[in-house]
Amino acid sequence: MSSQLSSARLYKPKVPLLWWLSRRSYTMFVLRELSSVFVAWTVVYLLLLIRAVSRGPAEYQRFLHWAASPWLIVLNAVALAFVLLHAITFVNLTPQAMAVRVRGRRVPGRLLAGSLYLTLLLVSAFLAWLVVG
Amino acid sequence: MPDQITLRVARYRPEQEEAPTFDEYDVPLREDWVVLDGLNYIKDELDGTLSYRWSCRMGICGSCGAMVNGEPKLMCATFLTAYAPGPIRIDPLANFPVIRDLVVELTDFMTKLGMVKPWLIRDEEQPVEDGEYLQTPAQLDEYKQFSMCINCMLCYSACPVYGLDTKFLGPAAIALAQRYNLDSRDDGGHERLTVLSQPEGVWGCTYVGECSRACPKGVDPAGAIQRYKLTAATAAVKSLLMPWGQR
Repeated sequence: MSSQLSSARLYKPKVPLLWWLSRRSYTMFVLRELSSVFVAWTVVYLLLLIRAVSRGPAEYQRFLHWAASPWLIVLNAVALAFVLLHAITFVNLTPQAMAVRVRGRRVPGRLLAGSLYLTLLLVSAFLAWLVVG
Repeated sequence: MPDQITLRVARYRPEQEEAPTFDEYDVPLREDWVVLDGLNYIKDELDGTLSYRWSCRMGICGSCGAMVNGEPKLMCATFLTAYAPGPIRIDPLANFPVIRDLVVELTDFMTKLGMVKPWLIRDEEQPVEDGEYLQTPAQLDEYKQFSMCINCMLCYSACPVYGLDTKFLGPAAIALAQRYNLDSRDDGGHERLTVLSQPEGVWGCTYVGECSRACPKGVDPAGAIQRYKLTAATAAVKSLLMPWGQR
């Protein structure tokens, strides 16, 4: 059977270059893959901030001045959007990855994701209060 | 409602053409006819050379998967009227090599299916006189939805990761591995771990979710894969912390 098939001339369709634009979920998939670059940039940016803080007030002021440059604000705004996409994907995926049971009953996925969103919101509010308040 | 609908069917005749072409056929548009009825009409009345797979006509055998207007569907469960006035484009399942017309080559999946050992593995077989391996309804519920898979390959067709790299184990094979991993009578989880936890195993999946949307039987392969990622990660941490521990 397999030797018959290998001798037959199979048609192997090629994946078109813009295949990821054919469906919204495919586009989101590619954007999510891309989001890893921006998540990495966010980590680098935070490390640079920590380094500037550790080197004293003058270095910190220089960092703030650099951070206020228009191109960096645009970059960080784009990075924030991608990090949010990354976080939302992670939260929405959690109920599928974890089958949490309480007293023998499975916790509904919406409750699990909802509690994660609530935690995310509370931590963000606490950090905002810490910075602004 | 018009009384006919046009089916644009992909034809690939390897002995006479390099790439697929399309043939158009007008078939009766009847309320109770599915796409498969349309193809059977073509085969019986218009063009006996058309090749496609089918068997049960009731969404159980999983043979008649094809792309209907670009979506992976079971042709026996897709009504012609849903696409009226047409035309309806019918292609072979995406992401698979085409043998002829709508018939695709599935050896890759068959090999992968065997790799995940989709059967009950017991450490010790219970003597026959001890009776059946009993299971509670809750234990059955753990794996039941994954046992609904009919190997129709719609999920592989919907999966862009498999489309880009056929080394990926794929949705159905992983869902079927989970069907046995989650079965209280099975002890074979560690044997499947090696295959499932490879980069081409569950880690190949990037949670597009189209496999679960395409599934005609309500199986959630994307869920099975995400759940197994947690299992594989836990096993990796355990083996790192306790390299000599029992697996």
